[in-house]
Amino acid sequence: MSFLGKLSIDAVPYHEPIIMITLAVVGIVGLVVAALVTKYQKWGILWRDWITSIDHKRLGVMYIILALIMLVRGFADAIMMRTQLAAATNGAEGYLPPEHYDQIFTAHGVIMIIFMAMPFMIGLMNIVVPLQIGARDVAFPFLNNLSFWLTAGGAILINLSLGLGEFAKTGWVAYPPLSGLEYSPGVGVDYYIWALQISGLGTLLTGVNFLVTVLKMRAPGMKLMDMPIFTWTCTWANVLIAASFPILTAVLAMLTLDRYLDFHFFTNEAGGNAMMYINLFWAWGHPEVYILVLPAFGIFSEIVSTFTGKRLFGYKSMVYATASISILGFIVWLHHFFTMGSSANVNAFFGVMTMVIAVPTGVKLFNWLFTMYRGRLRISVPILWTLGFMVTFSIGGMTGVLLAIPGADFVLHNSLFLIAHFHNTIIGGAVFGYLAGFSFWFPKAMGFKLDERWGKASFWCWLVGFFVAFMPLYVLGFMGMTRRLNHTNNPEWNIWLYIAAAGAVIIMFGILFTVIQLFVSFKNREQLKDHSGDPWNGHTLEWSTASPPQYYNFAKIPHVHDIDAWTDMKEKGLAYKMEESYAPIHMPKNTPAGIFMSAGITAFCFAMIWHIWWLAIVGLVGAITVFLFRCYSDDVDYYVQPEEIVEIESAHLESAKKEGVTA
Amino acid sequence: MFIRNLSKFALMAAVLALAGCEGGVLDPKGQVGVEEKWLILVSTVLMLLVVLPVIGMTLYFAWKYREGRDHEIYAPKWAHSTKIETVVWIIPIIIVLILGVITWRTTHSLDPYKPLEGKGEHLTVEVVSLNWKWLFIYPEQGIATVNELVFPAHKPVRFKITSESTMNSFFIPQLGSQIYSMAGMETKLHLIADEPGVYDGFSANYSGAGFTGMQFKATATETPEDFDAWVAKVKQQGSSLTKASYAKLAEPTEYHPIEYFGTVEDQLFHSVVMKYMADHGAMDYYSKPANAVEGDASRPAKSAHHHAEAEE
Repeated sequence: MSFLGKLSIDAVPYHEPIIMITLAVVGIVGLVVAALVTKYQKWGILWRDWITSIDHKRLGVMYIILALIMLVRGFADAIMMRTQLAAATNGAEGYLPPEHYDQIFTAHGVIMIIFMAMPFMIGLMNIVVPLQIGARDVAFPFLNNLSFWLTAGGAILINLSLGLGEFAKTGWVAYPPLSGLEYSPGVGVDYYIWALQISGLGTLLTGVNFLVTVLKMRAPGMKLMDMPIFTWTCTWANVLIAASFPILTAVLAMLTLDRYLDFHFFTNEAGGNAMMYINLFWAWGHPEVYILVLPAFGIFSEIVSTFTGKRLFGYKSMVYATASISILGFIVWLHHFFTMGSSANVNAFFGVMTMVIAVPTGVKLFNWLFTMYRGRLRISVPILWTLGFMVTFSIGGMTGVLLAIPGADFVLHNSLFLIAHFHNTIIGGAVFGYLAGFSFWFPKAMGFKLDERWGKASFWCWLVGFFVAFMPLYVLGFMGMTRRLNHTNNPEWNIWLYIAAAGAVIIMFGILFTVIQLFVSFKNREQLKDHSGDPWNGHTLEWSTASPPQYYNFAKIPHVHDIDAWTDMKEKGLAYKMEESYAPIHMPKNTPAGIFMSAGITAFCFAMIWHIWWLAIVGLVGAITVFLFRCYSDDVDYYVQPEEIVEIESAHLESAKKEGVTA
Repeated sequence: MFIRNLSKFALMAAVLALAGCEGGVLDPKGQVGVEEKWLILVSTVLMLLVVLPVIGMTLYFAWKYREGRDHEIYAPKWAHSTKIETVVWIIPIIIVLILGVITWRTTHSLDPYKPLEGKGEHLTVEVVSLNWKWLFIYPEQGIATVNELVFPAHKPVRFKITSESTMNSFFIPQLGSQIYSMAGMETKLHLIADEPGVYDGFSANYSGAGFTGMQFKATATETPEDFDAWVAKVKQQGSSLTKASYAKLAEPTEYHPIEYFGTVEDQLFHSVVMKYMADHGAMDYYSKPANAVEGDASRPAKSAHHHAEAEE
């Protein structure tokens, strides 16, 4: 075994022009960014105020930046797949051989779910939840920073696989025996395992962190049934995270033992059983989709009630619906493999349980409808996403129920119908929700609104692009086209494959317009500035703070009397008031321990992938050492003095008055 | 409005798919597929009863309650109505109840493990997925083929399915259900072709580099005699499939040509299933209760390959 384990110069795919060009572009962009940071002398700020920050709002912003970068990466994979399938018809081979194509669809799935959707959701949750419950930060601010850097470490690993070695060629579910050593001897599956493992650890810590935050740190007067609905949906998502991510950790650990130490949990030989992996994977994987979509439901609820200027209709129904979706989400996993040969009783049970989930979901749709009823709907970008979602998701929900019927699934399973279905719910549900939340809370996090015109353009491209890209896949599914094909030879399919590729291009413009929107909005940030901190006439406490919020969030923790606490304060004339005096605020200090620990753990994972044992030891010991130092450090907090608070608060009120807001 | 046009487009696409797609799951040629097609259509219509009004109401409410229509009643604090909430819970419950009953019944009637009733004797075909091709063994005829499946129309076929290596899914869309093939286990599937014809078959579960090429044609012959003639042809042209030639066949290949075997070593399929389970052969803990055994009465002593069923 050499010094670098299995790693050598041969691991660089220099004979693959697509990969090398990608790497060159990434390298150039990285250099340009580094040069700009150097030129404007921002390294210090970047380190002190962001990288080492334990402020939930900044971590939230960093999560979303990570999500947007990964969205571009995942989308690059998507458009390559669509163009490959549009090119490789009538028996043509296209431009992506299976060797490369199989990595792309695996990477697309992993990146979009684990490194785009999850960070986007967690980023929004980070920014909003502590503010909504009137807390100054999360329960464990340092842990929050560590969670982010673990997720980032996972993202770095998966992207390293592009230039060093390969990624898994197993599909994002990595079913054994295909993902076992016998059929996947390369490092691809190891990249998959370790990238998921550390980002999963980060997610689990986040889930626990936010559960404790919500249970212990709500403002006085806020009972559980007074929590804003977005906080409620995030709370259920965190319950699901805490309950399901350990399953992923365990199943990946077993696959690791199979691959590294010749265990036989899932192998064909020596009594292994791949069905166990598939069951465990989906026992995590199904709750995971609700982890993604429930917070999106919460976002839509907030937006509908804000932009109709009404209270949310049926708050209690919404909470109970969310709860029942979460609990039911745990007893439906088998619907991912009705075709495995379970008995009719088993299949029927899981089919019916899956359908039952349509009930609370349907209730939510009706409640959004009746929130609009007798309201005054302001058409703005967030509400457009919401309306687009309600139309799109209804279709996705319907096809989901169809797939839940075992008799129908027997012919639709693994077909492009299934692909269309889950993109219909994940894009039309989760992603539309995150993008709605992005434009809704952007002014809160950054201090200025996003440009409306480019936002609308982006929305229409996404919506139209979605339908053009994925409705043909429903048709192709009915026509018998299965997923993960490298090329096709059926003239009747061609037209639909072309349309789907065109749809992907339209979505590409949606993403491009979001980038332009960010650029234009940043340029016009003075005109778009949110002076009052409450640009949409919001209902909940996050809108009572400045935009961006004071770093301590609340000078004085508000007393809550209503679900719509901020509306209540505004109506009672308690909003925009200075206190007579302020008490010092106890705040945590920023720390580099999170990024150092994550660096050690990421190095450990990288070393495990390439069998560089000395580096694995160094990384792990390093991470533990940093952790111990952090544990025994007393220099972790400080107090904000009243003079500084008065200064910040009066500046905020001054600015709010400019907007014409009167106390 | 644009959104409405889009949903129209979606519906049209769906209708087009229902009407026009030849060769897919909506153009079934066998009883199982026909029942599954109707199941899909009936459930879709049932769900549209809720989904279409929801989509319609979304667009209508968004338009009707838009800002600037001051004559509308504005009720900012109105957030609860027991009547409405009861209705919005009950409507989906009713639909799901109906669908639930349909699901329970059809899951049992379409159970792939169940022989097709009233269709007479089943032809048995043993299916082995190999990297990356399909091996079909006809134990009653004593022949085997690679990537070509032939059986008479109107005669039900019992497929016993296993895998040599990775997991695949055995699927002929126009005939109906698919079932996974898994190493060390035997799964079952019962299908029938009610019309003679040549149908596409393939693996519907990704299994590695050569997966795309795991395709075959399934031919339902006009008459039993045609089938017999084909069997005779295979017997005449085919080589012999022994443990040794099977091992050679099992090596990974892509786009494997059609191959015939005129003789097949006795119990080859069973030995493929048992390959990974040999260590467990002496024990009997994978066996099913006696009353659940079907079709394998001839091999009572070697019940270890009921692994997949034991998972039930």
